[in-house]
Amino acid sequence: MRRLLITLVVFALVGLAGFWVLTDPRVVSPAPEIGTLPAADIDNGRVLFAAGGCASCHATPGQEDRTRLGGGLALESPFGTFHAPNISPHTRDGIGNWGVKDFVDAMATGTSPSGQHYYPSFPYTSYRLMPPRALADLFAYIRTLPQVAGRAPDHDLRFPFNIRRIVGGWKLLFFDGTPFRPDPTKSAEWNRGAYLVNGPGHCAECHSTRNALGAIVQATRFAGGPDPEGKGTVPNITQSEDALGKWSKDEIAELLKTGFTPSFDSVGGSMAAVIRNTSQLPDADRLAMAEYLKSLPAVATPAWR
Amino acid sequence: MIRTALVVACLGLGLSAVMAQPDPIAERRNTMKAVGGATREGAAIAKGEVPFDAAKAQAIFKIYADAAAKMPTLYPESAKTGGDTSASPKIWEDKANFDAAFAKFGEEAKIGMAATDLAGFRSAFGAATKSCGTCHEAYRVKR
Repeated sequence: MRRLLITLVVFALVGLAGFWVLTDPRVVSPAPEIGTLPAADIDNGRVLFAAGGCASCHATPGQEDRTRLGGGLALESPFGTFHAPNISPHTRDGIGNWGVKDFVDAMATGTSPSGQHYYPSFPYTSYRLMPPRALADLFAYIRTLPQVAGRAPDHDLRFPFNIRRIVGGWKLLFFDGTPFRPDPTKSAEWNRGAYLVNGPGHCAECHSTRNALGAIVQATRFAGGPDPEGKGTVPNITQSEDALGKWSKDEIAELLKTGFTPSFDSVGGSMAAVIRNTSQLPDADRLAMAEYLKSLPAVATPAWR
Repeated sequence: MIRTALVVACLGLGLSAVMAQPDPIAERRNTMKAVGGATREGAAIAKGEVPFDAAKAQAIFKIYADAAAKMPTLYPESAKTGGDTSASPKIWEDKANFDAAFAKFGEEAKIGMAATDLAGFRSAFGAATKSCGTCHEAYRVKR
């Protein structure tokens, strides 16, 4: 009896130690080239800021200036409510004390400077496709924006999701940390589009269904699904007949510029905020995104209820 | 003969009574479709694909103005859900601002109706169509 108890305790300790080791937020592969990067290209950073839709979540709600990144926007989810943090260059409340490495680690590995996991409500699962050099440009641009004082409220999550450490287990299961690799058999435009759609644009984060643990179901990537914020649905953007199959490349680029569909309906809900971002991109980038979307295989919208 | 005429008249009356009480959800969809059609024509003019024509421009903004006047009446409590609607519950929680958004759209349409050249048309068309997105963002759920 006593031996059994000891055995159980030992197993529990081993299990706990295993969990602790496996969920360690330590960054395993710090990008070696950070120290050797050329001077940052702020204009490229501005383009990436628009492509990444940073302001949609991090701009202070209830005011017009999209460069005031005070955070505070509440993002509803099945796990509880997330609050976008302050990412303005404010030294106390924002990311003013961060170095380039801190920013790259956050965006590419989902790990904070103090060594904590970020929840994947922050789409580092997509942003990781951006190379350190692009992230350094983006960081340099954000550093030129106004400092905003004040911190966003903490996330309000249900147990056990409020234990950050378990995100380490989530990453083991679902997080692919590989950077973007261009497909040499495709055109430069296609590759630029694939990068923008899957990386900074993080389109799949909303336009896909998720499993019970909140990870994207890859088989129906881009095929639409329920709105993760709880109201209505998100459209299928594959080449399925009832999705973008009948749209031309120019029509997709037009939607990203003006928000108008081919039948001149104007998109609503959070896509309107996305258009505010994509409308600031160069025409060539919108066309590249359209080129890539036109190459997606047709996938039927999954049933999710 | 008179009887036939009476029957036809009665039928006509009955039919128009039915048509006078259409389903508000279908009605707002039709109204918005008309706005979409007008926007398609307007966009062709603004982009220079079709030459500017004052009469045509006025017709486009007339459709906007009519829609702006009509739409706020098409959201009775009884037409919150059902049918093929993507109306957000926010419309009914925030009816004053919702109506104000259409009043603003109506004003923008009036400015457009007064446009006499392509430059005036472009700026009025740009302002009015910007309101599409603003309103859809706030009052329409994703679909």
